[in-house]
Amino acid sequence: MSTTVTVPSGSGASSATGSAEQPRREVVRHWTTPVTFAVLTVVSLLVFALGASGDSATFRISTEADAVRIPDLVAPTVPVGWAITALLAALTVWGLLAVRRRGTVPGWGSAAFAVLFVAGFLVWVVGAANTTTVFLTGLVAGAFVLAVPLIFGSMAGVLSERAGVVNIAIEGQLLAGAFTAAVTGSVTGSVWAGLLAAVVAGVLVSALLAVFSIRYLVNQVIVGVVLNVLVTGLTSFLFSTLLSSDSSRFNSPPHFSSIRIPVLADIPVIGPIFFDQTVLGYGMYLIVAALYVGLFHTKWGLRVRAVGEHPKAADTVGINVNRTRYVNVLLAGAIAGMGGAFFTLVSSSSFSKEMTAGQGFIALAAVIFGRWNPIGAFFAALLFGFATNMQFVLAILGTPVPSQFMAMLPYLVTILVVAGLVGRSRGPAAAGTPYVKE
Amino acid sequence: MSAVTTQAAPTPGASGPASGPPDGGSALRHMMSGNGMVTVLAIVLSLVISAVLIILTNEDVMEAAGYFFARPQDTLVAAWEAVAAAYAALFRGAVFNYRAEDVTGMVYPFMESLTLSTPLIIISLGIAISFRSGLFNIGGQGQMIFGAMFATFFGVHLQLPVGLHLLLVLVMGILGGALWGSIVGVLKAATGAHEVILTIMLNYVAVNLVAYLLQTPVLQREGSTNPVSEFLEPTAVFPPLLGDSFRLNWGFVVAILATVFAWWLIRRSTTGFQLRAVGANPAAARTAGVSVKRMYVVAMVISGGLAGLAGMSQVSGTEKVLNTDVAGSFGFDAITVALLGRSNPVGVFFAGLLFGALRAGGVTMQTETGVPIDIVLIIQSLIVLFIAAPPLVRTIFRLPRPGALQARTTADPVTQPALAGAAAATTTSAGGTAPAAESAVVGDAVGVAAGDAVSPADPESPAGAGAPAGAPRDTPDAGPPPGGRPTASPTQPTTGEEGEQR
Repeated sequence: MSTTVTVPSGSGASSATGSAEQPRREVVRHWTTPVTFAVLTVVSLLVFALGASGDSATFRISTEADAVRIPDLVAPTVPVGWAITALLAALTVWGLLAVRRRGTVPGWGSAAFAVLFVAGFLVWVVGAANTTTVFLTGLVAGAFVLAVPLIFGSMAGVLSERAGVVNIAIEGQLLAGAFTAAVTGSVTGSVWAGLLAAVVAGVLVSALLAVFSIRYLVNQVIVGVVLNVLVTGLTSFLFSTLLSSDSSRFNSPPHFSSIRIPVLADIPVIGPIFFDQTVLGYGMYLIVAALYVGLFHTKWGLRVRAVGEHPKAADTVGINVNRTRYVNVLLAGAIAGMGGAFFTLVSSSSFSKEMTAGQGFIALAAVIFGRWNPIGAFFAALLFGFATNMQFVLAILGTPVPSQFMAMLPYLVTILVVAGLVGRSRGPAAAGTPYVKE
Repeated sequence: MSAVTTQAAPTPGASGPASGPPDGGSALRHMMSGNGMVTVLAIVLSLVISAVLIILTNEDVMEAAGYFFARPQDTLVAAWEAVAAAYAALFRGAVFNYRAEDVTGMVYPFMESLTLSTPLIIISLGIAISFRSGLFNIGGQGQMIFGAMFATFFGVHLQLPVGLHLLLVLVMGILGGALWGSIVGVLKAATGAHEVILTIMLNYVAVNLVAYLLQTPVLQREGSTNPVSEFLEPTAVFPPLLGDSFRLNWGFVVAILATVFAWWLIRRSTTGFQLRAVGANPAAARTAGVSVKRMYVVAMVISGGLAGLAGMSQVSGTEKVLNTDVAGSFGFDAITVALLGRSNPVGVFFAGLLFGALRAGGVTMQTETGVPIDIVLIIQSLIVLFIAAPPLVRTIFRLPRPGALQARTTADPVTQPALAGAAAATTTSAGGTAPAAESAVVGDAVGVAAGDAVSPADPESPAGAGAPAGAPRDTPDAGPPPGGRPTASPTQPTTGEEGEQR
């Protein structure tokens, strides 16, 4: 066997057919994105423009109590539907040209397309609802609240996978955090003790992940899946025995109250999002920012990424690969634990069986969707939060769309985005492979 | 094939103990360090840890522990009684009810275990095939729902003769699952989207879709306000296998046939060979002329089809109606079953039996002793975790380290090449560029895989034939019998390992 086998770099069009000549330098064109654009434009034409019903959709931005008031946005459904379709069509043409010229559509192009499409959808669906007025600020703020655990979870995923350990156990880390936060918070009566316990629990789950995948070289995906089952079993078991026997003692945790920053919190739309949060909410922004700066603008981050991309090279220059991995996986557990605490110390009154309900997997999707970048994952998680919240809000408004289809929306959007807009997602090269020094 | 894994990510197991002298031939020592021993000990260890949990949450024990230093024996007795009662109930519910009045009552639990394991075995086979192809199919739930939906639709709305109707419903179940699975395969092949995301998302879509359809005339029972379908026509349900006193039905035979099919597919067919080649090393398979993209679709169609069949066996077997909870937690349980069975059909069959038995026994345990059934989840996950890390089990029980004979200290058997491939596929699907480590073993992988497929001394065939007779009831260890190992290994110290573990 030879070590110099050149694998033909199969571009999208030419499937590899053996015989590798000298590698050709050519522009690899990714047509998926403009094709998706085109499909969505047709959807927009059929649904938002031709299918528009009702007169107008009203978006309220500020309430009477606000210091600064912004008048309501009134969007006439039919003209807006046509305008958005036209803009989407223009973006599609531009996207096709961009692919012909440079091979890919720039990321901001996809983002602009997505924002326009969502706007078109909102105007259409609100216009067709029984109540044609929606409180936009509440919609966005609610999305942020729903996204908090997802964002914590996805940060845990990013941190761990950047160091080369696939973290499927986010779900378990969240659940363990939620459980211990509830129990410790209830027993001690202190939110901070609850938060600390959640962090410890997340780290413990992570420690298992780290030991089994780094020390015992067990496949990381397997360990992750099994840890999820284990944590689900453990928390459900203890819930059925301990917590339900004396729920006032074990399962009535105290809650973080939100800290309102004067003046800034009165800014319309962004005020409540950024300046009227709980400690965990503020912590989330800090962690996203710290991870972004840390991973991409510090020596530490460079080392972590090196370990995740090419551990051998990292080892050669003197980085302790496995120690870096241990540290990152444990840190990831701490972050996910905090996200778990959000469930029981902020959003719900008490712990219940399997209360994370697959959010860890959504967070995992956000990691891949956000291309293993903290900022990207942040926005991906927000999109999920937004879609979930929209489903709640629209259920109240009374839309013609059946509630189950609204519930499907976040997932359909993800499939669409992952298959169409993001396409080939390339994670850290060494993620999933254990590193053993020769 | 795991030799490929071992080489792609060099482990001490591959290089370290190989220098040691070959094992002297002590049969006991061989047995103690073998794979089967690890499996048994992993189960024991899981039961012990779960017993600790049962003790810690038992009220009698805690009460006695309050005066532990005055009368320690009270605590110990209470602890023993709590555990013994729980595990005895587990046994009575899963295997043999020695307290029952008549024979039917005695064997009923075992029949119930078989019944519960039927859909689990079928769906786990599907998941195992996807693992072997390097795809991490988490979408068993959605595919199962689709199979159940299709089966119910044709089982409720059609009037056909006996036999034909059941066959049609069965085919439709497979078709439904295959359809839902193929979406993943096609999207992955066409756009390179990550199958983990796709399958998770499609699960939620399927859950909501079935909830919606169960509120429309398509599936909802006439006059009902609940999301539940009509009962399936009597011609569309599996007849009971051993009389009306048991719930066990012909679905179990289908599960056995599915196991045989999966075994044949993976071990004997060209498609299976190509699937495994893609799973072991997509770049190498591509070089060898296998269409990796086509194989992704094929793998997902087969995997989804089996999941759909599981859904069909659920509605046509035990449930006889469709409700929103038809897939339950089967999709995720199947992953652990496939892992425990090492993605090997016969192993999956016995792992499915074990998990089905734990499930059946768990119900009895909960009703009779009040120990929540969730403990079963703990036992299951611990078993898989320990089996995945043989060195850990050996350390705990101070077993001898296997010598050169089994150069496998770290090459854990559960870690499938397929899963290693899944991780690799994720990263390599980016632009078709293979990491250096992979291209290094390109030639080797194909050679090994080819030898794997045509080798007449296939260690699995004796296991497959001998296990039902020789293996105790619920032993999930369907790995090669101990006798198969020494003959296979010494001749090929490193590459022979692939023959053992596949």
